[in-house]
Amino acid sequence: MSGRPEGLRTRYAEEVALFGRRADRAWVALLAVAYIAVPLVLDDLWLSVLIFTAIAAIGAIGLNLLTGFAGQVSLGHGFFIGLGAYAAGVLGGDLGLPVVVWLPAAGLLGAIVGLAIGPFALRLRGLYLAIVTLGLVFVGDHVFRNARLLTGGPQGRAIPSPRIGDLNFADLGSTLGVPLGREQSFFLFVVPLLALAVVAAKNIARTRGGRAFQAIRDREIAAEIVGVDVARYKIGAFVVSSFYAAAAGALLGSYLRHVTPDRFDLLLSVQYVAMVIVGGAGSIYGSVSGALFIVLVPRLVEQVSPLIPFVTRSAGAAGVTVFTLNQIVFGLLIVGFLVAEPLGLAGIWRRLRLYFRMWPFSY
Amino acid sequence: MSDLPQLLAQGLALGAVYGLTALGFVIVYKATAVINFAHGELLLLGAYLVYALHVQAGIPFVAAVPVAMACMAVGGWSIERGVLRRMVGRPTFAVVMITIGLAIVLRQAATAIWGFDDLLLGDPWGASQVTLGELRVNAVSIASLAAAGALFAAFLIFFRSSKAGIAMRSTAIDQEAALAVGIPVRAVYAWSWMLAGATAAVAGVFLAAFPATLHPALGFVAFRAFPAAIVGGLDSPGGAIVGGLLVGVTELLVQGYQPRLAPWLGDNFHVAASYLLMIVVLVVRPYGLFGTREVERV
Repeated sequence: MSGRPEGLRTRYAEEVALFGRRADRAWVALLAVAYIAVPLVLDDLWLSVLIFTAIAAIGAIGLNLLTGFAGQVSLGHGFFIGLGAYAAGVLGGDLGLPVVVWLPAAGLLGAIVGLAIGPFALRLRGLYLAIVTLGLVFVGDHVFRNARLLTGGPQGRAIPSPRIGDLNFADLGSTLGVPLGREQSFFLFVVPLLALAVVAAKNIARTRGGRAFQAIRDREIAAEIVGVDVARYKIGAFVVSSFYAAAAGALLGSYLRHVTPDRFDLLLSVQYVAMVIVGGAGSIYGSVSGALFIVLVPRLVEQVSPLIPFVTRSAGAAGVTVFTLNQIVFGLLIVGFLVAEPLGLAGIWRRLRLYFRMWPFSY
Repeated sequence: MSDLPQLLAQGLALGAVYGLTALGFVIVYKATAVINFAHGELLLLGAYLVYALHVQAGIPFVAAVPVAMACMAVGGWSIERGVLRRMVGRPTFAVVMITIGLAIVLRQAATAIWGFDDLLLGDPWGASQVTLGELRVNAVSIASLAAAGALFAAFLIFFRSSKAGIAMRSTAIDQEAALAVGIPVRAVYAWSWMLAGATAAVAGVFLAAFPATLHPALGFVAFRAFPAAIVGGLDSPGGAIVGGLLVGVTELLVQGYQPRLAPWLGDNFHVAASYLLMIVVLVVRPYGLFGTREVERV
C-alpha cells in the first residue's frame, strides 16, 4: 500500500473490506490488548462508565443504522430499550432461561414489534416515523406501568444476571475462582458483544441492505427508480434497529438488576439520538464514541460542578443545580454539534487525520 | 351517564387549550416545514413571564399578557434568527433535533429561574364558576374557549386578507415560487416564529390558570397537544382547533368512563388514549383530517 495515498482504493474488494487498512488492523490489536488490560487497571467507577458506554453503544449503533444510514428518525428507541429489559426479566427471571436464549430472544421480540409497527409508521416520507414512535413511547410507558404481571408496574421488576447453567457472567469471580469483581466480570461480558454488534453493523452497512439504506437516505425517489424496494428496506432498517435496541435494553436491565418504567421515557430516546448526532450520523465507530461522550458528560459535569460558584447541590430548589447544569450542557451539545459539526466526532476525527497526513501542506 | 354533559364541557375547555397549543405547531410547520418540539417550552416561558410581570412585578393582568406575548414573539424571532436560520437546507431530522435540544435548555433555564414550586398565576377568573342550566363550568374554561375562537378567527382573517398573511400562505405552498415573485421568505420564517411565540404565551396562560398551577412539568403538556396537531393535519390552522377539541373531549371521556367500563386498561389510560387516537388517525388518514395530501412528482 506504500507510495499510494491512503484512502485511494483501486479494487472493489478494498472498497467493501471490513478492516481494509493497515491502521484498522492495528486498532483491532490495540483494542484486544485494552480489553484484557482495562479491567485490571481501572477502578469500579470508571469500569461502570465503560460498561454503560458499551451497552449504550450497542443501542446507538442500531439507531444509527436507521437514522444515519436509512435517514429515518425514530424517537421510540427508548421504548424498545425498555421492551428488551422487560423481556430479559420475564424470560431470564420468571422462566429461568440461560442468557444465550434470552438475549437473542429479547432482540427478536424487539424486531417483531418493530415489524408490526413499521408498515404503518413508514408509509409516509419525512417525520411521520418520528411522530408515530413518539406516540409509541407514551403508549409503551402506559403498558410498562400497567402490565403488572410482566413488568411489576410502577415499582419495576428485577432483571436476572446473565447466566449459562452455573456460569454467572456478572460474577466470574465465584464461579470460576478467579479474582474478578462484578464490574470486571460484566466488562469482560459486554465488550465482546459490542464488538459483535460493531462487526455485524459494519457488515450490514457495506452489503446490499446498507447500500439500499443509504440510497433511500440520499434520495428516496431516485432509490425507487434504480430498483430499491423502498418500503421493504425502510421497514428492514427499523426492524434491525429495534433488534439492537431491545438487545441493548436486555443487557442494560441485567446490569442494573432492577428497572422501573420511568427510566424508558422520551429523554432516553433523545439521548440515543444525541449519541448518533454527537458521534456522527452514518459512522459506526462514531456511534461508539458518541455513546462514550453522552455517558461521560454527566460524570464530568458532576466532577466540575463543585468548582463553579453558582451551582447548588440541593435538589428541587431554584437556582442552577447539578441536574439542571447537566441537562443544559446536554441540550447545548445537541444544538452545538448540529449547527457547527454535523458530521459529529467522526467528522472531527476524519479532519484531524487528514490534517496530519497532509502536514505541513494542510489547508 | 348523567355526567356526560359535564365531561363534554370540560373536554371542550381542555380541547381549546390543546387547540391553541396545536395552532403554534401548525403556524411554524406551515411556513417552515419544521415540527417545533420546543413549543411546550415556549408555552412554559410565556406563562412564567406572565407570572413574573403580574405577580412579581405587580403589573395588571390585562397588561401583563400582551407584554408577555410581545416578549415571546421576540423570543421566537431570536430562535429563528439565532439558530434555525443556520439550518436551512439541512436534513429535517437535524432541525427537529435542534428544537429538542432547545427545549431541554429552555426548560432547565425556567427551572433555574423560578424553581420547581407550584405557583399561582393570579389570573382574574380565579375559582369563579358559571352555571349553565345544570352544568357548572369554570369561568376560565369559557375564557379559554373564547380565546381559542378569537385567535382562530384572527388568524383566519390575517391569512385571508393581510399582505403578510398572504405572503405566509404562498411561502407555505411553494418556497421557490414565492421567492420568484418577490416575497421576503426569510422574513416570513421570522414572522411565523413570532406568531408561534405570541400564541404560545396565550396558551400558556390558560394552561396554568386556576384550577391548574404553574410548574415546570407544564412544558410536557405540549406533547399531549401534539396528537391534536397531527389529528387535525399539521398544515391546517382549522384542523388544529378541531383536533384540539377532539383530543380534549376524548381524553375527558376516557378519563370519566374507562375506570368503570374497562378497568383492565389500567390507571391513567386517558394519557395514552390521545396517542392511540393519533396513531389510528395516521393509519386511516395519514395527513390528518384536514391536512394537505403530499403529491410527489418525479
